[in-house]
Amino acid sequence: MQADSEQNSASLAGSIPSTLAPQDVVGGAEQELLYTDLDTGAALPITAETAASSDAQNLPAEVGSVVFDVDNLSVYYGKYRAVRDVAMKVRKNEITAFIGPSGCGKTTVLRCFNRMNDLIDGARVEGKIEYHGVDLYGEKVNAVEVRRRIGMVFQKPNPFPKSIYENVAYGPRIGGIKKKSELDEIVESSLKRAALWDEVKDRLKASALGISGGQQQRLCIARAIAVNPEVILMDEPCSALDPIATARIEDLMKEIKTEFTIVIVTHNMQQAARVSDATAFYSTVVNPESDVRTGLLVEFDRTETIFANPSDERTEHYITGRFG
Amino acid sequence: MSTSTPESSEQMRISLSSANLSKKRRVRNAAASVAMVAAFLIAAVPLFAMGASVLSQGLGVVLSVDWWTQPIPGDVGRADLAGNEDLCGLGFGDAAECQAGGSSTSVIKGMQPAIVGTFLTVFGASAMAIPLGILGAIYLHEYGKTGRLARFIRFMTDVMVGVPSVVMGVFIYTIWVLQFGTGGKSAFAASLALGCLMLPIVVRSTEEMLKLVPNALREASAALGTRTWKTTLKVVLPAASAGITSGCLLAVARAAGETAPVVFTIGYVTTTNFSMRGQNTTLSAQIYSQLTNGGSIATQLAWGAAVTLVGIVLVLTLSARAISSRLTIGKT
Repeated sequence: MQADSEQNSASLAGSIPSTLAPQDVVGGAEQELLYTDLDTGAALPITAETAASSDAQNLPAEVGSVVFDVDNLSVYYGKYRAVRDVAMKVRKNEITAFIGPSGCGKTTVLRCFNRMNDLIDGARVEGKIEYHGVDLYGEKVNAVEVRRRIGMVFQKPNPFPKSIYENVAYGPRIGGIKKKSELDEIVESSLKRAALWDEVKDRLKASALGISGGQQQRLCIARAIAVNPEVILMDEPCSALDPIATARIEDLMKEIKTEFTIVIVTHNMQQAARVSDATAFYSTVVNPESDVRTGLLVEFDRTETIFANPSDERTEHYITGRFG
Repeated sequence: MSTSTPESSEQMRISLSSANLSKKRRVRNAAASVAMVAAFLIAAVPLFAMGASVLSQGLGVVLSVDWWTQPIPGDVGRADLAGNEDLCGLGFGDAAECQAGGSSTSVIKGMQPAIVGTFLTVFGASAMAIPLGILGAIYLHEYGKTGRLARFIRFMTDVMVGVPSVVMGVFIYTIWVLQFGTGGKSAFAASLALGCLMLPIVVRSTEEMLKLVPNALREASAALGTRTWKTTLKVVLPAASAGITSGCLLAVARAAGETAPVVFTIGYVTTTNFSMRGQNTTLSAQIYSQLTNGGSIATQLAWGAAVTLVGIVLVLTLSARAISSRLTIGKT
């Protein structure tokens, strides 16, 4: 087991293995959760033992395999602990939503999933955050390699000041694809999957800054899709958009979740209820002595359970609007 | 409802004119306005006076073809200025004194060696300072950030911006020219001195431009699995290119006008030298040496060199402004 785990973290740091066979990657305690054949995508029924061990989640009969396994995670900025007690399992081909009040660390946790926090001085994590059984913050893991598999869409649409075509082709080009015909194909299919193709196909050479905010955000999704990641992290992707553009992005998320695993941070509880399969509710606690605010994960469960029958009082207060 | 109409129209007749303000406030306001306009006019006087005198004194020689194509006159006379009677024959001397001889009117006023030398030294300095400065700024802003080394370099760069240019000249004179004797004076040595002068300016202006590139773009690129150097090359530099170019042009303009670092390091020639090796001359060095020589023709040459130099710097500055106006970042 130890050897398998090391071998896999080495391959994450280096070349990309053709398939990530989950049977090989997980070492030790979490073995009981591996029951899905990645090649066929067929999910096997969950055992009673597994359900009992997965934080009392009310899992449906069929679920995807675990992509991210987080336990006892804390994130620090310097000496300041921003978030603590994060434990969850993000499953394949599902949308997992993070909800909670401002400043509770949703984005901070999300940015750990593809090591974007590395770009912030003094940020570090403690605890377990595993991607297919590989410790994301392990010694041999290369953050650049992690981000190739785990893409991200940001709060504010941030297309490059280049043409629409160049924005989508950027990732594949970095990945070493040079042939024009191949790039054309990727750009077209990515824009189609992001439901943007019909709107921009006649002006692919036009600046990406000239399209509307909603289109820009879908362009950013197309840009993330173009490198064919396994996971797409979305950090409040609709907060800068109007309701119509938001609805389009939500439809898009539901469409692409057959191909990708999505983790989304949102301020909008209705959005979480509409699109997500699992929901994590975060909140903050204030230390009365030092007046330091720390975010923490209050509850993680299936979305319908969180909204219909939350087990924690704080979750109930938040979703019913008694606590802001 | 109709009864309220006259009342509301009365309300509309309130006066908002400045006559409502107290007399004291109106007087103060007027005084402040007058003072500001006067300050502007006074500040503009030296600017226009300088421009007018440079143009009126120097435009005459600059407009002839000889100025751009002929060597600088009077190299022989330069050494024997004090009362040498052959000055007029050598084409170098006071026009009034030479009236009797009648030969001084045929002096051909050329400045080609200095024009060529200026471009040569500035080109050499740019070739050294601009790549180095841009790479240095990239290190500071994209890699070093607030690390100890980066902070130290940033501090030293700030210090270097403030170092008087004459010190740069003395520095290169000591470490380069003195090592090679008189042969050490060359366009290359002057390029070294001007390069030292330009380097901190390029570093600081480039870093300021890199700061303007939104972090969101770097994050977007990083999230696609891009290494920092590739993000810098493909996203950050293209976004900042207009600002970096204009900053570099301003540094070039500054170097083109510098005198002190050049007079120590370049030597003196009166014929055109296209090589980086061997002694050379520049427009700024000509202004200095011709005015030191004295005499009416030498003074004309100095004014002409001044007009040429101002013209070159003006073109560089205007192109820098034109390029920076196309700056795309920070506007969206």
